[in-house]
Formats: sequence, C-alpha cells, structure tokens
Amino acid sequence: MYAQMVKSTGKGVTPREEMSDEERAFQDRVDADIKIEPRDWMPEGYRKTLIRQIGQHAHSEIVGQLPEGNWITRAPTLERKMILLAKVQDEAGHGLYLYAAAETLGITRDDMTEQLLSGKMKYSSIFNYPTLTWADMGAVGWLVDGAAIMNQVPLQRTSYGPYSRAMIRICKEESFHQRQGYDIMMKMAQGSEAQKRMAQDALNRFWYPSLMMFGPSDAESVHSAQSMAWKIKMNTNDELRQKFVDQTVPQAEFLGLTVPDENLKWNEDRGHYDFSQPDWDEFFNVLKGNGPCNAERLSARQKAWDEGQWVRDGLLAHARKSAARKVAAE
Amino acid sequence: MSSVTPGELPDSEGKGKSPRHEWPLWEVFIRGQHGLNHRHVGSLHAPDAEMAIKNARDVYTRRNEGVSIWVVESRHISATAPGEKGPLFEPSESKIYRHPTFYDIPDDVGHM
Repeated sequence: MYAQMVKSTGKGVTPREEMSDEERAFQDRVDADIKIEPRDWMPEGYRKTLIRQIGQHAHSEIVGQLPEGNWITRAPTLERKMILLAKVQDEAGHGLYLYAAAETLGITRDDMTEQLLSGKMKYSSIFNYPTLTWADMGAVGWLVDGAAIMNQVPLQRTSYGPYSRAMIRICKEESFHQRQGYDIMMKMAQGSEAQKRMAQDALNRFWYPSLMMFGPSDAESVHSAQSMAWKIKMNTNDELRQKFVDQTVPQAEFLGLTVPDENLKWNEDRGHYDFSQPDWDEFFNVLKGNGPCNAERLSARQKAWDEGQWVRDGLLAHARKSAARKVAAE
Repeated sequence: MSSVTPGELPDSEGKGKSPRHEWPLWEVFIRGQHGLNHRHVGSLHAPDAEMAIKNARDVYTRRNEGVSIWVVESRHISATAPGEKGPLFEPSESKIYRHPTFYDIPDDVGHM
C-alpha cells in the first residue's frame, strides 16, 4: 500500500442523525456507488483526507523511481535495461496521474512538492530501504509492486471519480511491473548458486518491509473507519496483508526460496497462512525519517527540484513571449 | 476534468492567481486506433501547446493507446454545473418513444 497511516477527521464516522442535509445526500451517493466528481459538494474532511492520501500515493510513485533508477546503468543486459527504464518511466506516469487527481481537490502541484520536501507530506516507508543487488530489482517488482496492487485493485472502485480513473489506468500497467519482477526472480532462483543466494537475500530483506507497506493493524482506527465509510479505503490493512501473504507464499515456493518467517504455516481452520508481524517499532522509526535511505531520497528529490528550476523558468518565459507575440499579431 | 480554476499564465512579477509560476493545466484527448472519437484521458501541466502535446505523448500513449492527440488549456473548457443535472437531463428520461424498442413490430414483418 502506497498510502500509510493516512489521517482522516479523527472523529470517527458521523452518525446519520448528526449529519447536515448536504452530508446525508453525499453519504447516500457514496453508499449507492455513485462517483463523486470535483465540482460536487463534499465534506471538508473528505477533501482533506483525499488530498493527503492521493498526495502520499503520488509522492510514493515518484520517490519509488529512485531505488530502481539506481540499477538502470547496471542492468545485466540491454533488454533488462530497456525493461527497467520502461518501468521507471511508468512510475513517473503514475505519479502524474495521481498528482492531477489530487489537483482537482484544490491543491497545486507545487504545494504538494513543497510539502514533500519539507517533510509535511509522506511517501511509503518501503522506498527508504536500499536496493543493494540486481536481485533487489526482482524483489521490488514481485513484492513491492505486488503489495501495491493488492491495495490499488479495490481502489479502482473508490468513491472519488478522478482517483478511481487514475487507479484504473495504473492497475492496467502495474501487472507488467509485478511480472517483470517475478521474471527476474525466476532467472536468479534458477541460476548459479551465487545467483540463488542473491535471490534469497533479496527476499529476506524485502519481506518484512513489504508487509509494513499495508500499515499497522487498523481494526480499531477511527481514521480508517471514516475513510471506509467514504469509500476511499476499501479494505482493512490486516485483510490486505493476509491476502498478500496468501498469494505470495506459493510464489516463493515455486521459486524454491524460503520466506524468512519461522512461524509461517498454513492454517487449515482459517483457510489462511499464519505469519509473524513485522517489527512495528522499525516501521514507526522509518516513518519518522530514520530509515536507511530517508535522507538520501529526500535530498535526491530536493536536488531534482532545485536543478530543474531553470528549466521551469525558461519554458515559462518562452511561453509568455510566444503568447505576447500572438496577441501582438492579432 | 479539473475543477480548479486554472490560472492564466502567471505574469513575470508573480502576481495574480498562480504566484508560484506553475505552468498552466491542459486537458488531454486521445483518439484510439479504431476510428472512435477523441476521448478525455486526463490532465497535465505544460508551458505551451507544443510541450503539452509532447508531454501527453509521454504520459498517455506509452502503450500504443492512440494515433491522435488533442490538448486544450483547461481554462478554455466550459462545463455544466452539477446542480443543473436535473433541469438539463431529466427531460430526456421520459421520452422513451425516442428509442426503437418502444415500437412493436410483428415478427412477420421481418428484421427492421
């Protein structure tokens, strides 16, 4: 999940009898699965929560390019390099679809960028982990994109029209990402002993951070309850995490790799795998900015923003001049 | 489609609606391969029409989605207001005689 711990109003779901007429009409539309569009009336909390959530999602797509960009120049073959380039380019596109969706809620692109750089807005914890070997490109596609898909597929049905349409586009492209990751893992897992060790090592390092992507249990969270009533969150974090584990364990078995969890075992009664929770202290610590790569990621974004300033200014000056010439000619 | 009133090109002193010199917003329309109409696919920022088309190509046609692109600056689009939905569109709901299935044609007549 690319959006973690998104705060809502913090007040829990407003009981129907306490809603204003507008709120009640709004909730009825959401309940009837009628999409909310930008110019429709919406509660202020809905708007703000969505800006936080979509913004965080967009930032994650953009920052998510960094750990993979790290390997573009070192991809083992030209074909792998072209595939990785295409994937990283997709992530930029996904960020743009989502920024555009957030902008319909009345925040500017520059505001979002500045809030990311100032640390006011977050991105997913997962991108604060380093990508140390080529096998990590496999693990990222297979596990990280796999976990993201778990969350994004149900979000195609979210109540906010522009967000839903962005999710539909993203999901169409995302399955290429996961499959190319798994393809890398297969190659490595079926390769030399050294390659197998790299594949296992990548799984070991990315397993728990991937489980953290769904966020801590939100069974008791008032934020989640409100977001679910508004249909901007479709499943609980625990549901999605369980689904991810159930789907991924057989895929790891096929690769001949071992999921790094001694407690992992099929539970016949539940019809699900039992598994260990990740270290939530580590998760909160990474969110606070203390993960292995937080500083590096933000400084890369800051550098790109600063060094792009002259391009933004130059193109704007050019556009202004052309517009003035056009006016003069008319 | 965006609800934000997109600013004019910000002036050089940075006054006006877009004090931060953000590029204007454009709406992108793509025509697919099979002779369908151009269809709205999303929005993007660009300094001018030429760059908007180049960006639209990169953002919205990475997988062969289209053979033609239109871009139009968002501020040039006029739209119906959500509140007008009733008065504008309800009148057509009751006119079922505008649909071919309203008319019973005997089977003996053959396909019509």
